[in-house]
Amino acid sequence: MIRYIISRLMQMLPVLFIVSVAVFSMTLLLPGDPTFSMLDEHATSEERQALRERLGLDMPVPVQYAKWAQNVLSGDFGRSLRNGEPVIEMLMQRVPATTQLAIMAIILATLIGVPLGIISALNRNSIGDVAATSAGMFAMAMPSFWLAMLLIMFFSIHLRWLPPSGYIPFVKDPIASMRLMLMPTITLGTVMAGLILRQTRTSMLAVLSADYVRTARAKGLGEHRVILRHALRNAMIPIVTVVGMQMGTMLGGAAIAESVFSLPGLGQMVVDGIFNRDFPAVQGAILVIVTFILFLNLLVDIVYAWIDRRVSR
Amino acid sequence: MTELNQSRADAFEPDQVDIADPDTLALSPPSAPEWRIILKSLMRHRLGSVGLVVCLIVLVTALFAPLLAPYDPAVSDYEAILTPPSAEHLLGTDDLGRDILSRIIWSSQVSLQVSLIAVSVAIVGGSLVGMISGYAGGWIDDIIMRVVDAMMAFPSLILALGIVAVLGPSLTNAMIAIAVVNIPDISRLVRAQVLAVRHMDFVMAAKGVGAGRVRIMFRHIWPSVAGNVLVYASLSAAGALITESSLSFLGLGAQPPTPSWGSMLASGMQYWNAWWMSVFPGSALFIVALGFNFVGDGLRDALDSRIVD
Repeated sequence: MIRYIISRLMQMLPVLFIVSVAVFSMTLLLPGDPTFSMLDEHATSEERQALRERLGLDMPVPVQYAKWAQNVLSGDFGRSLRNGEPVIEMLMQRVPATTQLAIMAIILATLIGVPLGIISALNRNSIGDVAATSAGMFAMAMPSFWLAMLLIMFFSIHLRWLPPSGYIPFVKDPIASMRLMLMPTITLGTVMAGLILRQTRTSMLAVLSADYVRTARAKGLGEHRVILRHALRNAMIPIVTVVGMQMGTMLGGAAIAESVFSLPGLGQMVVDGIFNRDFPAVQGAILVIVTFILFLNLLVDIVYAWIDRRVSR
Repeated sequence: MTELNQSRADAFEPDQVDIADPDTLALSPPSAPEWRIILKSLMRHRLGSVGLVVCLIVLVTALFAPLLAPYDPAVSDYEAILTPPSAEHLLGTDDLGRDILSRIIWSSQVSLQVSLIAVSVAIVGGSLVGMISGYAGGWIDDIIMRVVDAMMAFPSLILALGIVAVLGPSLTNAMIAIAVVNIPDISRLVRAQVLAVRHMDFVMAAKGVGAGRVRIMFRHIWPSVAGNVLVYASLSAAGALITESSLSFLGLGAQPPTPSWGSMLASGMQYWNAWWMSVFPGSALFIVALGFNFVGDGLRDALDSRIVD
């Protein structure tokens, strides 16, 4: 198992390297000379040259990349062009909101998707099954920003139950924090619940007709035991894969949910950074999001190998 | 030649063709009957046919937008600012007194254009990358596939945001971003298909009579994988539509006064009490996305019975 984890980690490194090159090249691709935005317009060409040298912009690109990568690995993501704040500090402030949002959304999606998927599969073609699968299909086609707006219109404007925006750190006041996160969680969790529902239904249907389930029934095991211990455990493999693959999409969707509900998360940092032309911030946030996803994928592979031991051999 | 058109690689009979001309050895793209079969099973698919109808309606709306829209989508009527739905303005007006229905109709043109162009560019780019990778093999394949892996590590919206960050916000740049985002998936698919056919007899035969690499790739391999690629690529249209409206919603896609469902929704966020500003454009987007998804599901089911991996 450990050997398997190490080999997966090794496969991840080249991908991580290319991702970092891509994120680094963002600044190279930008039109214009960055010294023009950093110095005032009366600066002489000598002053610009001096700044360029200080920033290392006169060095060959691979050297620039190596320096940048070295800095990033030691936690130095540069400073925000907007207010001079170190990007690493901005990242630290924003990781908790996104993490909390993602975890709550996954829990919500799993709690809705898995049971409904199982019930759907067990009562195939019943009214309940048709209702659940249709709901899942609607959920998957729902544009998340529109869902967010409908939630605000209903719960904040019409019923006045929940504030339309705001954020309280979880550690400060868990209840208030979760209350504020409720609408963003529903926004983000809905699409995923639809996907999980569909995948659970499909893989349960496949598993329920398998010989070992028939054997378990023939042995006289109770229906609950057959479904939970024999069928679901095997149906879980594709479900875990879907959840894992969707994490990335979800973190992308977080950019939307965070913008609509003004949550100070990583996605909002990217969007704000684009508007403020604050490239160090955009680079830092994107790099953290993608690295996070790569590690999540690794985690999914490990869970996968743990559920199905054949994979790691 | 017509028999050959209808047959697949396994039914290839060399003695029926003229070996001297390498092109006659190529498998043709899915010929008319094959397309008709796919279309037929799509129409028999319950949801697929519903989706097809939705797509048809959007297409007609987009094509005939100037005739269908009751008002000019960009002209403000300052006498009628934020008016709720009425007989005069069926879906109400926005904060600048523009007719919502007309703007929704015109938006269908923008959204369809962006999705179609972006997906087409992605098909061309992804196919080129996938064919080169699959046919060349070796270190070229290794490098290309690692880059594709890295691109796939980016969530599509984040990758699109990164590209727009560099290029600047505009509809054209959003289109480029959406195209780039869709390239990795398509190139993977094409590569897999190329790997499946590159050692088949018809490719070997073409090599044997001295066809060049480029000729083999484009005249022989491409036609035999094109059909599946096109059908699978059309599945990404729904995603392209949502990405476009997400970017426009964030203010990074369509710029005013160009109407887009996403940007209409963004302005709806500033006037919560004018519910018609958010409900109607959102419903349009939702219904079209649903229709695209239905067609996608239908196509997938139609193909699943035909393609054995």
